Amino acid sequence: MIGAGGAGLRAAIEASSAGVSVGLVCKSLLGKAHTVMAEGGIAAALANVDERDSWKVHFADTMRGGQYLNNWRMAELHAKEAPDRVRELEAWGALFDRTKDGRILQRNFGGHRYPRLAHVGDRTGLEMIRTLQDQGIHQGIEVHMECTVVALLKDGERVCGAFGYDREKGLLHLYRAGAIVLATGGIGRAYEITSNSWEYTGDGHALAYDAGAELMDMEFVQFHPTGMVWPPSVQGILVTEGVRGEGGVLLNSKGRRFLFDDIPDNYKAQTASDEEEGWRYTQGDKSARRPPELLTRDHVARCIVREVREGRGSPHGGVFLDIAWIRKKLPNAEEVIKKKLPSMYHQFLKLADVDITKQQMEVGPTTHYVMGGVRVDAETQMSTVPGLFAAGECAAGLHGANRLGGNSLSDLLVFGQRAGAHAARFARERRAGEVDQRQLDEAARRALSPFEERGDGTGPYRIQHELQKMMQNLVGIVRRESEMARAVEELAGLRRRAAQVRIDGNRSYNPAWHTALDLQNLIVVSEAVARSALERKESRGAHFRDDLPKQDPAFAKFNIVVKRGADGAMRVERRPIPEMPTELKKIIEEMK
Amino acid sequence: MKATFSIWRGDAQGGAFRDYPTEVSEGMVVLDAVHRIQSEQAGDLAVRWNCKAGKCGSCSAEINGLPRLMCMTRLSDLPLENPVTVAPMKAFPLLRDLVTDVSWNFAVKKRIKKFKPRPPDAPDGTWRMAQADIERVQEFRKCIECFLCQDVCHVLREHQLHDKFIGPRFFTYAAALEMHPLDTEDRVEELKEAQGIGFCNITKCCTRVCPEEINITDNAIIPLKERVVDRVYDPLTRLLRILRGS
Ligand SMILES: Cc1cc2nc3c(=O)[nH]c(=O)nc-3n(C[C@H](O)[C@H](O)[C@H](O)COP(=O)(O)OP(=O)(O)OC[C@H]3O[C@@H](n4cnc5c(N)ncnc54)[C@H](O)[C@@H]3O)c2cc1C
Ligand code: SF4
Ligand code: SF4
Ligand code: FES
Repeated sequence: MIGAGGAGLRAAIEASSAGVSVGLVCKSLLGKAHTVMAEGGIAAALANVDERDSWKVHFADTMRGGQYLNNWRMAELHAKEAPDRVRELEAWGALFDRTKDGRILQRNFGGHRYPRLAHVGDRTGLEMIRTLQDQGIHQGIEVHMECTVVALLKDGERVCGAFGYDREKGLLHLYRAGAIVLATGGIGRAYEITSNSWEYTGDGHALAYDAGAELMDMEFVQFHPTGMVWPPSVQGILVTEGVRGEGGVLLNSKGRRFLFDDIPDNYKAQTASDEEEGWRYTQGDKSARRPPELLTRDHVARCIVREVREGRGSPHGGVFLDIAWIRKKLPNAEEVIKKKLPSMYHQFLKLADVDITKQQMEVGPTTHYVMGGVRVDAETQMSTVPGLFAAGECAAGLHGANRLGGNSLSDLLVFGQRAGAHAARFARERRAGEVDQRQLDEAARRALSPFEERGDGTGPYRIQHELQKMMQNLVGIVRRESEMARAVEELAGLRRRAAQVRIDGNRSYNPAWHTALDLQNLIVVSEAVARSALERKESRGAHFRDDLPKQDPAFAKFNIVVKRGADGAMRVERRPIPEMPTELKKIIEEMK
Repeated sequence: MKATFSIWRGDAQGGAFRDYPTEVSEGMVVLDAVHRIQSEQAGDLAVRWNCKAGKCGSCSAEINGLPRLMCMTRLSDLPLENPVTVAPMKAFPLLRDLVTDVSWNFAVKKRIKKFKPRPPDAPDGTWRMAQADIERVQEFRKCIECFLCQDVCHVLREHQLHDKFIGPRFFTYAAALEMHPLDTEDRVEELKEAQGIGFCNITKCCTRVCPEEINITDNAIIPLKERVVDRVYDPLTRLLRILRGS
């Protein structure tokens, strides 16, 4: 298992229960993966709060959110299995917030028709990762903390091992394996403004690509509408959608709830017609429809960009997010906010001197999640390379063109479990492959190349920063043909310079070296994003082009994949989406 | 504006504080300054971080002598006329610069008996719990494993009793399990013996540094100590436990 977030841990637990020997490799310490930062909750149709909910509604919501580019079989499995995966966490010790009758409480979130997110205040990810971690350590899983995998090794077509270094001493390690699960998370460090940590350099994406696997849907990068914008040092840090789920509203500098002015047609029937109805929805009134603040993230993010561009933004280039206004509605508003959103309260008070029980927040879009990833089989999570599996954020399929909030944590559980089970099976049913010394030598040479004496190479941090700025400007929230083409060219230049980086120091815990290696992956995934985005000549979900602002039905019929061609260059292809079975089509029709 | 950071550079063999003057601006936290220094002056400066928002507990260090998260320490709260010292946690072996070997903590956790729930309450395999009954445990489960409480506890920091005492973080962890409404396991014996709860003399230093504001001593350690005392000195409770078979 490469990665110890929700997906990697869940896969490891499953595989080790299946009786195979499991090693878990991760770049940070155990329990520090991105999953720990997730705030809002885990989406699962438990129907504890609204009995009208069911897997069918969850399925239809996920497909609608993904603009029907999702792998429908994954969306089906996910909706059906998520409730069991959540209940299982409870059996392992997780303590979710409760309903009045003592069951798991669920909250509203964007794009989900009913309250569906199991949560613990706004620290759900912490609860989830700790539960999995504590379950995992008692299962005899061998954990290699602070080790980074830099290459996959193959025996013919199949994978047979992984190669990496440890951060502490900089020693090189070979991990032989009968099967490998990639659970390395996302690519957010390709952008300047991001909610993602240093780990999110698209390693799993690049490892899979280098090993010959296909990456799919890479044009779809989710920009979360609400990141912090001020002070500069906290720019990009996430403000959970839970704020809006609890009644928070978005306002422009004129004090207008601008989202009411632009509601997409396919969501009109489900959206509140006035502020009062929206408020009632957030307070659990089942006859009310949701406020427009809870429309999908791609839409809300674009509306914010528009307000700012047209001069109605907040002083620091965002818009206002206001939860304090609920004081007008609730006598104990201050207490409610602190109870429901404790870490947001803490975060704003400590980092921005803003008391969210009394003051408005300033927020703007931040790079958050990548829908694209390794193309996998829905049932087994195996990529097109035998023995190489992927689960969680680094896999593609479930979310299509846009992910709904809360659908990631459930994705990790459902497909982590599946990947673990099938990887174990794969490994058990076959003899392990042979490691080829030449591949090993080449991987070692590449890993150590930044230490070679070089002329006037730039430092890795600087190149990384240039790349982030370039991607933010040229392949960001609003895209254009000419800019994306320029991005592809600039990437070629950055690749040449990245191959010449200069670093100081030795191999022991040297972040400059680590950054130099991560940079190679960032360049691969950035190229995949730019090339896929160029290929999708329309706007859909998270991919918005102002030169082609409309959806084109012809583009609803396929996913875009990239893979390495025989000449080493990146090839872009279209993969037709298989016909959806009638039962699933019917569900979507019924839920319209 | 400029400020100077006096950062520990070195490894287990030795090292020294080195001064780095750098540009600082509004809203910056110590971690931002460390990153700026890393990218402009000291590329190989070793530091751990992940979330930059006080959620992951990676960036623990001693800032002007106080154990804190670097990402939650605002420069505006520090006197910048003098150099700001940034040192690694002292209770753990140094790897390099600001990074320490905290693996002991992971080993300790493994020794604490895992969660063992009572049989489910409902036929669908689920349980019923009132919010009021879980709040106490939810407080402990806020822990981000920054190990600052371990760093400050004199039993570990000065007396180095790492093999006899599990430290405040793991008393909090044990308390979360012991007070979990569904849990049926018994951890009292080892808390007293192998885990050394008796070494804690309730100085409350741990509670004071906890960035999650968990009331470690009053809510976790003292109730656990009471359980230990009850068990050892109260023959009636003991008898009852034997009769109940728990
Ligand atoms: C602030 C924030 C809030 C969020 N809130 C929510 C929410 O409320 N609900 C929701 O559903 N989703 C949420 N998300 C999204 C969700 O948290 C992530 O998509 C999800 O946690 C990813 O999990 P993962 O297991 O795929 O990867 P991660 O948890 O990121 O784990 C990746 C692992 O891979 C390891 N790794 C990476 N590269 C390598 C390598 N080369 N070698 C070895 N190991 C490697 C890392 O060390 C890490 O252990 C949020 C995200 C953020 C940033
Ligand atoms: S109260 Fe106990 S555990 Fe906490 S610092 Fe003091 S001695 Fe250590
Ligand atoms: S109890 Fe508090 S100080 Fe101790 S590790 Fe947990 S969060 Fe850190
Ligand atoms: S970086 Fe996560 S707590 Fe500081």
